[in-house]
Amino acid sequence: MAASRRRSTKAQTDTAPAQAVSSEELLHYYREMLLIRRFEEKAGQLYGMGLIGGFCHLYIGQEAVVVGVQAALKEGDDVITSYRDHGHMLACGMEAKGVMAELTGRIGGYSKGKGGSMHMFSREKNFYGGHGIVGGQVPLGTGLAFAHKYLNDGGVSAVYCGDGAINQGQVYESFNMAALWKLPVLFVIENNKYAMGTSQERASAGELHQRGAAYGIPGYQVNGMDVLEVKAAADKWVNYIREGNGPVILEMKTYRYRGHSMSDPAKYRTKEEVEKMRSESDPIDQLKSKLLAGGHTDEDKLKEIDRAVKAIVTESAEFAQQSPEPDPSELWTDILVES
Amino acid sequence: MPIEVLMPALSPTMTEGKLAKWVKKEGDTVKSGDVLAEIETDKATMEVEAVDEGRVGKILVPEGTDNVAVNTPIAILLEEGEDESALSKGGNAPAAAAPANAAPASEETKAAPSAVQAPAPAPAPTVPAAPVSAPDSDEDKFFAKTVKKTVREALRDAMAEEMRRDEKVFVMGEEVAQYQGAYKVTQGLLQEFGERRVIDTPITEIGFAGLGVGASFKGLKPIVEFMTFNFAMQAIDHIINSAAKTLYMSGGQMGSPIVFRGPNGAAARVAAQHSQCYASWYAHCPGLKVVSPWSAADAKGLLKAAIRDPNPVVFLENEILYGQSFDVPEDEEFVLPIGKAKIERQGKDVTITAFSIMVGHALAAAEELAKEGIDAEVINLRTIRPLDTATIVNSVKKTNRLVSVEEGWPFAGIGSEMCALMMEQAFDYLDAPVARVAGLDVPMPYAANLEKLALPQVADIVKAAKQACYR
Repeated sequence: MAASRRRSTKAQTDTAPAQAVSSEELLHYYREMLLIRRFEEKAGQLYGMGLIGGFCHLYIGQEAVVVGVQAALKEGDDVITSYRDHGHMLACGMEAKGVMAELTGRIGGYSKGKGGSMHMFSREKNFYGGHGIVGGQVPLGTGLAFAHKYLNDGGVSAVYCGDGAINQGQVYESFNMAALWKLPVLFVIENNKYAMGTSQERASAGELHQRGAAYGIPGYQVNGMDVLEVKAAADKWVNYIREGNGPVILEMKTYRYRGHSMSDPAKYRTKEEVEKMRSESDPIDQLKSKLLAGGHTDEDKLKEIDRAVKAIVTESAEFAQQSPEPDPSELWTDILVES
Repeated sequence: MPIEVLMPALSPTMTEGKLAKWVKKEGDTVKSGDVLAEIETDKATMEVEAVDEGRVGKILVPEGTDNVAVNTPIAILLEEGEDESALSKGGNAPAAAAPANAAPASEETKAAPSAVQAPAPAPAPTVPAAPVSAPDSDEDKFFAKTVKKTVREALRDAMAEEMRRDEKVFVMGEEVAQYQGAYKVTQGLLQEFGERRVIDTPITEIGFAGLGVGASFKGLKPIVEFMTFNFAMQAIDHIINSAAKTLYMSGGQMGSPIVFRGPNGAAARVAAQHSQCYASWYAHCPGLKVVSPWSAADAKGLLKAAIRDPNPVVFLENEILYGQSFDVPEDEEFVLPIGKAKIERQGKDVTITAFSIMVGHALAAAEELAKEGIDAEVINLRTIRPLDTATIVNSVKKTNRLVSVEEGWPFAGIGSEMCALMMEQAFDYLDAPVARVAGLDVPMPYAANLEKLALPQVADIVKAAKQACYR
């Protein structure tokens, strides 16, 4: 703790030793990450076919972050994030069908086709969006944590934002109140190195995980390409938060393979840089090697998972094309709650 | 079954492109994520990745081909266990390759999807054109037993009663607790409800507005006080993007039962940055209710309704009215319906609509007009959105003349909306053009004489009403 409060320019990394993780859990993480990867690839494909419109921000490359953090959360905890949100929804247990049908703007989507890629919610799964204004989700998520404290229900709010959002003023207004009132909130900075086309070096002074230091918020850097490191850090700090110690910042060093959105040529980085991350640090490949080397599973079992995941994604794509567009009468529903 | 690889759309505006180069050849195996080909649009060259695994069975469009339409099959992939004989069966399961790095359409300037991709929109039902109004208020019965209260006390009593009634109601804002309210509206609440439910915030408007909206997503019922609505401009993103739109964007799953309240409009001698009316700003936005009380009874009955309402309500008070006293019903069940205007004075010659402090001015003007033989009907709008159009239209059907009064600027103001309403729903009943009395189209000056000139005065309303009556 004390270390995190030092005004050091040196990164404070958290490499909490992983608790023993069962083979079953490891396979679960593998399946979850693969589901997100395959889902996003399919979304990219449907976008290419003109079935998904507007903005579509893919999560490919960052899967370990959301899967690792989710593994540390409990029933009743909340999740809120930005517009790069498909992975978070799947990790929260929302159905691939409903997410994909929202992307295609169909009535079977989570928001009946009225929200789209950037605006999806699930009251049932405690997923509070899906927000299109960069940084807007941070005070909202702090408000979810406020509600947990107000209701004294023991819940924690996981608030994700990117390395771009971290420069918005409202993020610091939220840090201040969260620390002042010791709110149960985990701030996860998904640092994928590029805020749209602007690299972290060109946009952000100092270390991102230390951005809460002035408020006394502990902050650590975590290898966001390794689901076990993410899980171990999240376990440790979510417990700390749940015990009433106030907020924590975890900066996940991660990487997105695709452009910022589907219409991004990604000329701001080299092919070699992307290829190096894919070949050396891919979260799914890394876990696969560990699973096989540790004798947790065999190729056949992994193939079976691949097939099962592919079936879910294929089904979701079919559903997303078969589900009808919303009836024109839907234009006028859900504007106000009728009292 | 062989898989057709289709020419992908690389941006919402792309309809065709050049197949610049095949990176994979016939017979090559591919796995998900491999680059298949390079495609040129008018904007950029980009790589196209495979989504499915398999072997390139046949290339249908040779490299160098120009003007390949989106969704044209460009190659056939053979799945595991298939050989070339499967090609004759034709591809199934068409699958566009995924654009790896798509054309550099600017995020901000992206056009609508092309006609090729966009499904023909079905005709949209239009907004009901008939005048709308909330059910009639039964408020009269509550006025049998009243007590004199200031607007300030009435607002405080409304909050206290609702906080006693519902544990989920809490109040937060700058100086609301220990200081007892910057304008003493929250006086005594901390003492009764404690610091869990009466919360002093830092000076951090977008932060606490967003925090309040987040808490409301979980079913709490925050009352967020802005020291003045001038400061809420810092927070307007959360009022509109987060509070007003979430119910719609979530397909009805979660809304924001929250009240944003505080003084709005000009006070006295605080100049441009502290003297602005936001009624038309918020009234513009679907998903919000916008309420603006005049009397202490309005303040109490409408604030209780706003707190109980499951939707976000912007509650625009007035600092100068805080100290004015009115009769307020004693009954705690006195709640006024949102969306219902009140005819404060019956008349037959001209209708004057007003809200907040301007209701007092309009009533004073009506007294002046009576001396000259003009019988004005004064409507206290109470709610700006949803506007009680039925009460206004019915009044104009009787008087055939309308004067709209507001303290805010005229351009795109509430008076402009009144003009539109008359055009759409009362055109045949008008005997004179609608007159707008509004604040002057200038930033609020500081000098006492200029400030008075910038704000609507009773005499301005009298003049406008007389003009409408051709007097």
